[in-house]
Amino acid sequence: MTVRIYVPRDAAALALGAERVAKVLASEIEARGLDATIVRNGSRGLHWLEPMVEVETAQGRIAYGPVKSSDVAGLLDAGLVEGGNHALCLGKTEELPFLKSQTRLTFARCGIIDPLSLADYRAHDGLKGLERAVTLAPADIVAHVTESGLRGRGGAGFPTGIKWKTVLETPGVRKYIVCNADEGDSGTFADRMIMEGDPFVLIEGMAIAGIATGATKGFVYIRSEYPHAIATMTQAVEIAHKAGVLGTSVLGSPHAFDIEIRAGAGAYVCGEETALLNSLEGKRGIVRAKPPLPAHKGLFDCPTVINNVISLASVPIIMDKGPSYYKDFGMGRSRGTIPIQIAGNVRHRGLYEAAFGLTLGQIVDDIGGGTASGRPVKAVQVGGPLGAYFPRALFDTPFDYEAFAAKDGLIGHAGIVVFDDTADMLKQARFAMEFCAVESCGKCTPCRIGSTRGVEVADKIAQGIEPEKNRELLADLCNTMKFGSLCALGGFTPYPVMSAMTHFPDDFSPAPLVEAAE
Amino acid sequence: MNLHLSSRDIGIRTLDIVSEMKSLEGPLLPILHEIQAEFGYVPQEALPIIARELNLSRAEVHGVVTFYHDYRDHPAGRHVLKLCRAEACQSMGGDQLAERVKTLLGIDFHQTTLDGAVTLEPVYCLGLCSAAPAAMLDGEMHGRLDADAVDGLVAEVRA
Repeated sequence: MTVRIYVPRDAAALALGAERVAKVLASEIEARGLDATIVRNGSRGLHWLEPMVEVETAQGRIAYGPVKSSDVAGLLDAGLVEGGNHALCLGKTEELPFLKSQTRLTFARCGIIDPLSLADYRAHDGLKGLERAVTLAPADIVAHVTESGLRGRGGAGFPTGIKWKTVLETPGVRKYIVCNADEGDSGTFADRMIMEGDPFVLIEGMAIAGIATGATKGFVYIRSEYPHAIATMTQAVEIAHKAGVLGTSVLGSPHAFDIEIRAGAGAYVCGEETALLNSLEGKRGIVRAKPPLPAHKGLFDCPTVINNVISLASVPIIMDKGPSYYKDFGMGRSRGTIPIQIAGNVRHRGLYEAAFGLTLGQIVDDIGGGTASGRPVKAVQVGGPLGAYFPRALFDTPFDYEAFAAKDGLIGHAGIVVFDDTADMLKQARFAMEFCAVESCGKCTPCRIGSTRGVEVADKIAQGIEPEKNRELLADLCNTMKFGSLCALGGFTPYPVMSAMTHFPDDFSPAPLVEAAE
Repeated sequence: MNLHLSSRDIGIRTLDIVSEMKSLEGPLLPILHEIQAEFGYVPQEALPIIARELNLSRAEVHGVVTFYHDYRDHPAGRHVLKLCRAEACQSMGGDQLAERVKTLLGIDFHQTTLDGAVTLEPVYCLGLCSAAPAAMLDGEMHGRLDADAVDGLVAEVRA
């Protein structure tokens, strides 16, 4: 029997040399006349071990990593095809502690299947949610999603079912499902991974959303920094269309639904939902004032569901296994699972899907294994460039929307970036302001002007110019931005700034003035 | 990518692209992407044609082109090196690597070397935060960069 050898095509694996590994492996297989075929899967999410090569054996899949192209010949010599032993052998993939302790619901198939094989997708419980949805009334689908407790995974945490219900109940000749795949937050890559590793689950989720709300057209707005995700999604939509999963009759039902892939153009603010809608319409990505809500007047003024990739990709399993199955995971008002993205200066970097409720300390120390540099952890930024910096003193905070809000932070899109003790938190605070200044759409003054003034004030503190007065000024400015900005860009930039200043005051008490030192 | 097209050629090709794509819903961004793919930048000569065909004002088209970081108003170097400047890459020494690249190439961000070999650009996140520091060279991803690796990338674009 032909042995299947898996070499990931995920962008992170490619960035670490997976393409060369696959090429060398293919030529070695041919030269040695081996009965083996290479499958380009998504990533399992153990990125510190990428490129991670897996071999299918009678005992299950055996993993090897991190594999360099120069390791391939040696691996084959050691009997890679039979799952032979080698210094890079990690054992059975399923038994790897990082993977075994996860609860993979949304990412159940990611890294396991060939992302562009609809047969693989079906064989691993794909399309069951959609098959169920076509037999239900739209209101019942919405009720399922509402009952599951699913909240927007983009960061805002708004109940997905309520959003869908509003669109269902808003009359409109034409309605849209818009998938926000403008994943611009540093430290996040879950959207990218699912689009590259299991694109059909997103397509399925969007089709279910369409049937539930009466929308017949979907757009996936993917940032241009993700060329591999754009390519994979484009191919997957074509395949789904040919197979009748999309089109005038979704899975043979009377429902029509189609999807178009759109590329962003390098504007972070387009991750804000109303800016994204303007961008899709071909306008500047300027934030719109709400109301009207996109659910009432969204894309081209039509009722529009706009959801994050992970929110939509979590819907198929909810429809398949039922809302209570999903709801039983989690804590408080944060139900289900969340794909935590562990990044930055940390040993075990990658994607870890788990029920809500793990503490930040468990994630960083136990799962992440501490810093990659081996130095002490100084701060952890949770939720992207607009998320707060947490010191070790707050490591008992459970991963939960409300618990993080109570500590003046946010879980955002669930990316966490670890910094060791070499980090200068004043510099990080300045960067937050600088980033806001670069990316501000310019519509509202607190964000547009405030961010530039913020950079200047941070520089004054660094130079030791009236530090006490300028710290007060920075706090005051943050207050204005927080309450006076139109959207989360200006409104949340104060989170990293204020948390850095509050938790790391020493970094904001700089060396005396240069003049004084001379 | 042909850098020596006349205004007339640009006009003809732009009209082709616009005609082909204007039936899309919200066609402006896809059209601009296609134009940049064709010419390597968005030529000024293309703007009035796009405006006329989409029934927009030139100011509106100009506003959109200048809003988005991706659209260039002049051609880039033969290679484009994008270095991630976001927090995850900062936490793994991205700032020092950026300084090294700038010194090696003798240019700052948003600049092109005099020989036209390479344009250096900052990018805020490539989604390779678990493989930081990261960069993209001509669309190819590179992760876990260190001094040796960036020296290699620089040598590649200089070759």
